[in-house]
Amino acid sequence: MSLIDISGNLLFVAFIAYLVATLLFGGSIKQSNATGKNTDKWGKVAIIVTIIGLLSQLGYFITRWVYSGHAPVSNMFEFTTAFGMFIVGAFVLIYFIYRVTALGLVALPVAILIIAYASMFPSEVSPLVPSLQSYWLTIHVITAALGQSILAISAVAGLIYLLKVVDLKKPSKQRFWLEAVMFFLVVVVGFVVATSVFNMMDYDSTYTYLDKEGNERQIDYNMPPLFGMNEYKAVEEHGMSPLVEMPALINAKKLTTVVWSLLVGSIIYLLIRLIARRRISAIFQPFVKRVNLQLVDEIGYRSVIIGFPVFTLGALIFAMIWAQLAWSRFWGWDPKEVWALITWLFYAAFLHLRLSKGWEGEKSAWLALIGFGIILFNLIAVNLILAGLHSYASA
Amino acid sequence: MENIICACGHSNPYGTKLCEKCGRPLTEEGKQTKVVDMRYDGTAIRSKTYNTTFVDKIWNFFSSVKVGIALIIITLVAASIGTILPQAIYVNAPEPSKAEYYEKVYGVLGKLYNNLGLSHLYNTWWFQILVGMLAISIIVASLDRGLPLHKSLKNQRVKRHESFMKRQRIIAEGQVPNADETLDKVEQKMSELKYRVRRDGSALLAERGRFARYGPYINHVGLIIFLTGVMLRLVPGFYVDETIWIREGETRAIPGMDGYFIKNNKFILETHGEKQQGGEASQGVNVMAKNYQTDITLYKQPEGALPGDSDNLEKLRDYSIRVNHPLKENGFALYQMNYRLNELRQMNFNLVNKASEESQGQIEIDLTNPKKQYDLGDGSSVQILVYTPDFDGFENGEPQTKTSIPNNPAFLFRMTTPETPEGEVSFVEIRKPPLEPLGENKYRMKFAGAEMRNSSNFTIRKDSTIPILFVGGVIFMIGVVIGSYWNHRRLWLQVDPDGRVLMAAHVNKNMFSMKKDLDSVTTFAGLPPYRDQLDKPEDDNKSAKPGTKEKEGDNTL
Amino acid sequence: MEKKKKRLVIRTIILAVLVLAIGYTVYGTATKDKVELIAVGSKAPDFTLVDLNGEKHKLSDYKGQGVFLNFWGTWCKPCEKEMPAMDRQYKVFKDQGVQTLAVNIAQTDFEVQNFVDRYELTFPVVIDKTKSVMTAYNVGNLPATLLIDPDGKVAKIITGEMTEAKIASYMELVKPK
Repeated sequence: MSLIDISGNLLFVAFIAYLVATLLFGGSIKQSNATGKNTDKWGKVAIIVTIIGLLSQLGYFITRWVYSGHAPVSNMFEFTTAFGMFIVGAFVLIYFIYRVTALGLVALPVAILIIAYASMFPSEVSPLVPSLQSYWLTIHVITAALGQSILAISAVAGLIYLLKVVDLKKPSKQRFWLEAVMFFLVVVVGFVVATSVFNMMDYDSTYTYLDKEGNERQIDYNMPPLFGMNEYKAVEEHGMSPLVEMPALINAKKLTTVVWSLLVGSIIYLLIRLIARRRISAIFQPFVKRVNLQLVDEIGYRSVIIGFPVFTLGALIFAMIWAQLAWSRFWGWDPKEVWALITWLFYAAFLHLRLSKGWEGEKSAWLALIGFGIILFNLIAVNLILAGLHSYASA
Repeated sequence: MENIICACGHSNPYGTKLCEKCGRPLTEEGKQTKVVDMRYDGTAIRSKTYNTTFVDKIWNFFSSVKVGIALIIITLVAASIGTILPQAIYVNAPEPSKAEYYEKVYGVLGKLYNNLGLSHLYNTWWFQILVGMLAISIIVASLDRGLPLHKSLKNQRVKRHESFMKRQRIIAEGQVPNADETLDKVEQKMSELKYRVRRDGSALLAERGRFARYGPYINHVGLIIFLTGVMLRLVPGFYVDETIWIREGETRAIPGMDGYFIKNNKFILETHGEKQQGGEASQGVNVMAKNYQTDITLYKQPEGALPGDSDNLEKLRDYSIRVNHPLKENGFALYQMNYRLNELRQMNFNLVNKASEESQGQIEIDLTNPKKQYDLGDGSSVQILVYTPDFDGFENGEPQTKTSIPNNPAFLFRMTTPETPEGEVSFVEIRKPPLEPLGENKYRMKFAGAEMRNSSNFTIRKDSTIPILFVGGVIFMIGVVIGSYWNHRRLWLQVDPDGRVLMAAHVNKNMFSMKKDLDSVTTFAGLPPYRDQLDKPEDDNKSAKPGTKEKEGDNTL
Repeated sequence: MEKKKKRLVIRTIILAVLVLAIGYTVYGTATKDKVELIAVGSKAPDFTLVDLNGEKHKLSDYKGQGVFLNFWGTWCKPCEKEMPAMDRQYKVFKDQGVQTLAVNIAQTDFEVQNFVDRYELTFPVVIDKTKSVMTAYNVGNLPATLLIDPDGKVAKIITGEMTEAKIASYMELVKPK
């Protein structure tokens, strides 16, 4: 077994460990709800399993690093996987400060979803283009991802806060948006399911099309094409032809992926609703019944406070140093840079609102969710849609 | 604007919330609430003190944190709009045709985007003014809050009034048997916990991490230094940004760097893996590049030499400029930015007899320095009458060149052989059959190979503001770290001689760890148990919402 | 009241400085992209270049004379068009103390010599092989012409093609009095 196989297996072990740990955290909360006191036994096992998973993933990270010769944060698969790992790491850190088991019940599924999402991207080890050949790649990306992960924990805390506070019996804006967050998480599952299923079927159709500058190009679809590229012509087609042709501005392949994810996600969502006969928020609500709101609010705030300086250092300062070395200017208003700045401004506003306007509790929790939304937007949309220097696809 | 006289007799500036001396709440609101607002330790925010003249009104506008937050949000939204379509600098089209590009590629939306100036959003006057207003807000708000806070923290009294202590989030009341012993024990324990303890009769103040309160002001100073640095780049001399294309073998003056010359010895493009043999190496398309490198020699003119005088260049050093490894010299840096492969440098021709295909010999034309005549011996020679590097058709019978770059070289040759002593004239264009303007020739120039060379594109950059930006960044980080990772904890204790105890505690954030300190001191000194005035009965689900108002005091700058 | 006045002054100064800084930034950015040749009225940077006959021409050697300094290339159509007119005017003004110097931008001797022969140009043509004079004068588009007065100061800058009448009037402008 070569190093890269070991690496892949370790990642798989980590993934399973996180799944098991999630169930254990759920069990721990159920248990303590039932007995009325904090039986730490389940919780202890859960955190141990989490740490085993984290160590295993760290093993994946290191072996892949050794194998490829550079820090495994250089493409979508590697970066997103690492982001998932750092979220678990940040959770473990915060857990040992506050010992709130409910955090694990949300943080781990989020990490699992992120890692599952990552594994839908090509995982081959690829060499680095010259601009990425710098130790600043390691320093900048790892610090930035670490900062984002710690900030993400505030969203985890925010979600728990909202699950407890929002009244799910009466219709309200809060109830709607909370369920919308849940739906979004299910759509990610939908993406993973759709991609995996079509992958297993080895689906592949090829088309030629005209890009926005009028050049002829070729594209492979790995999902049945719902949307066709601009002036597409089939080279090799299976099953179905595109239903609608899109203008050159829109990447119909990506749109197809998004719509398939939404479709599958919606079906899964409806199934859950049908089986459980409740909102997904309501399924989770009992698990957070006993959390101390004051404490969860503080965890949310604390993770922003811990994460903000790390994020600043990694995503702005180190980024500027590297940009100065590689591209001769420390700042170039590249979309990824702009969105890092937007993230930073958002959390700056978050802190000021909290400090001087007293936006705590529920307001703060919503802000934390929006902040995580911006981080995800930067990870997903900016990389895949708004092309730029950082766009791994075009690098 | 009168001063407020507290019950203790101290005269406080207008706008003060808590008496500077004893801490009694001075506002009606303050007297009503259970937990006082400890932001800025209750000092008067200066802007609120004077509000008469026009300047004061402007000042007060920028002093407001609400305005600051609004500016942050507006900047954030504006910045995001700039990412909807690519900015003009990233558009792959020459400068004059960028407007067309937006319209052609993005349609009406693109046209609108460009016409509204959103394609240069970050250079627009309004975006810069926005950032400038943010800077004003940072400066004014920090001055207004930081200075009074500093004064108040410096002049803290040990003894505080009961009404102040009772309105802190953490309080404890009760009896102890021995007043002095309790005070001693608390002092001992708090000193152990690294608090600075001061005593004043029956009162005690233990304080730790006061500097954390300065974090936000320090990071604001850093931000302002950073923004100043960014602004200074516009001052002539602080910032040089030039670009140069240079072919292999050429020596060029470096724009922006007076007296410096650079010679391109060789450009190297390396690619990853076997794909290299795929024959697609041209311009690196579809091949993953591994290394872009230009081997150069850097020269300097001797002192006092004039532009144009390149006779006595002093060689400074050889260097390989690579991506991520710029050449640095005298505050300037040269970056490998782009390259062009395969420009003609030399063309070889054979002088051949059309009938027999027999060659009279080969000439090698160095396109960087063509000669007038090439002798082939045995009475044969070739003369170049005209050379156009980038042939673009004839005008009045004269061949024209479009540029000075040999993209499409053409020659007007006169071929002389013993058989044709008067010479024959032939016009030869690359990849075209020769033209014979003066009638059918017996001989022709047959293309016999070429040599290529590559060119490199460098950016020449000098940025004297980098040290300023760096200092700003470092100060910002120090401020943020201080403000985030440390907290200001205080404990006030009042033990009357009869054993009545009143304790209060405050922390600007992270009450969780403050409580740990409180637990240990309470146990050690036998203090009455404390209570958190913000704790609510857990079973009441609704309590969280109305609670926000009174919780404001929890987190303070 | 004294204190209040002082506060007002301080606030006014701080705000004024900040507003000035922002104004400067906006102005600076707006004018940044306009690349300009060296300013009219400033001293013309001295240089030395070699002509096709191997003779050195140093700008400062022409002190006391006016200099008609033309940057050109053989591929540049307007440059080509104005050359014969320049040559005619050169012949008129050279004895009145106006020197003409044509600076070719880094082309080969062969091309330049060919061009000179074809138009039978008599004024000195020098080649800026390393583009260092071009850099020193910040020349962008061709043709670019600078009129340098007998004191060595730039009297006028013309970018683009000139008519013969214009050329004559420019030479008149820098003629020593």
